[in-house]
Amino acid sequence: MASCLETISVPHLPSLPVHVALYRDVQNAAFLKGQLLAGNSEFEYALIDASMLLSRAHATAAVFRAVNDYMHNRLKSRNVHSEIVFSFNSTNNIAESFRRFGIADSTKDLLVVKVSVSPEITHESVAAHLCATVQGTSVPFDDQTLAEVHDVNKIKRVYKLGALPSPPKATDLSNGTNDELRQRLENALLAAIALRGS
Amino acid sequence: MEDYKPPDLPSPFNNTTPPPTLLTQGAEAHLYKTTSLNPSNPAALKIRPSKPYRHPILDRRLTRQRILQEARCLAKLVREGVSVPALLALDWEGHGGEEGGWGGAWLMMEWIEGDVVRVVLEKWEAWMKNNQASLDESQIEREEAQVRGLLKKMGAAIGALHKAGVVHGDLTTSNLMLRPFAGADGAGAESVSTEGDVVLIDFGLASQSAQDEDRAVDLYVLERAIGSTHPRSEPLFDELLLGYRESYKGAPSALKRLEDVRMRGRKRSMLG
Repeated sequence: MASCLETISVPHLPSLPVHVALYRDVQNAAFLKGQLLAGNSEFEYALIDASMLLSRAHATAAVFRAVNDYMHNRLKSRNVHSEIVFSFNSTNNIAESFRRFGIADSTKDLLVVKVSVSPEITHESVAAHLCATVQGTSVPFDDQTLAEVHDVNKIKRVYKLGALPSPPKATDLSNGTNDELRQRLENALLAAIALRGS
Repeated sequence: MEDYKPPDLPSPFNNTTPPPTLLTQGAEAHLYKTTSLNPSNPAALKIRPSKPYRHPILDRRLTRQRILQEARCLAKLVREGVSVPALLALDWEGHGGEEGGWGGAWLMMEWIEGDVVRVVLEKWEAWMKNNQASLDESQIEREEAQVRGLLKKMGAAIGALHKAGVVHGDLTTSNLMLRPFAGADGAGAESVSTEGDVVLIDFGLASQSAQDEDRAVDLYVLERAIGSTHPRSEPLFDELLLGYRESYKGAPSALKRLEDVRMRGRKRSMLG
């Protein structure tokens, strides 16, 4: 099976490459969640329900926030991967952040994030492990795919941005004003992530 | 040449390639250009370095307070759809220096293309001065109409800001930018292009307020700034107030207050 594991080198974080893979139609979410809850260190990933992701920029903002806090020993949760899930949240409640953004038994669309915090974690090792354990269709991690998967109303509710006008569905992405509304919502999410805990 | 070395960048920006470039420096902050989390997009990085002459606890508290004030104002304005740079990332207790200790706070913002309005007006005034002799009346009128249009847009942008419940605190023509429309060709045959969106920047002194007094002081400060730096544009300031008046419901009462402020200056009379 061809894997679409992507390795992002975030500017400002050259020493910590970030591996991401987006899956659709995941069959074994309950198993993956079980491994996470059991604390199996082989399954130390950030497993995010992709229906909560507005865009790539939304996801990278949370990853950056978590990795920056990791680098400066300010983690509020167990490790950098749980911190990524927590970083998506706009409030300081860790359990809540996992309920909202983390993998659930019913999750079909899943974003997997792994930070190379030790030299053994490489693109190859992560790709091989994910290939063997995640039962789903690997798809490119881009705004277009996310637009097919996400639930804008749910995202707005969780970030308490109900007053913002909704960008329209993925079907008509071409229109200019739609782009503007999407950008405004995205910017509001980035600000919420940046300001958490202030 | 003066051999000024700005303070070390806070982590993680000391590892950024290419390194952020210093654009300007104020008393409180340094402004750098760098890339956002997506390497193909530029970003502005505002750093408030630690001030070693202050007591460390006080220093942290003040820096944190001020950067958060700015970030919260930006976040609010983004939500309200006011045209300001987006807040991309933030660290109110940044780490810097060799020993990895407290190094100041930083704030990453969307990069805004274009010139500040001060430069636009300066270019226009210089152009008018050079070409005055060769222009007939209708051309001069057209030029002035163009700048009137710009001032009106500025008024509308400030109105949107005040409507959202934020006052800028330091409105000058250097804190307003004219972002050309995407894909617009900068080299026009006319004097200076005033096409584009007016974007408000630098919320370092901004605060959340809905009082007529604070709003009027914002307008007054800008009026004085334009009067002293752009004499030719000053007579057109009324156009800005017109754009402001039409922009939200509370505008007329703020403008009424502006008349009082003009009589006495920016500082409120001493009470108690």
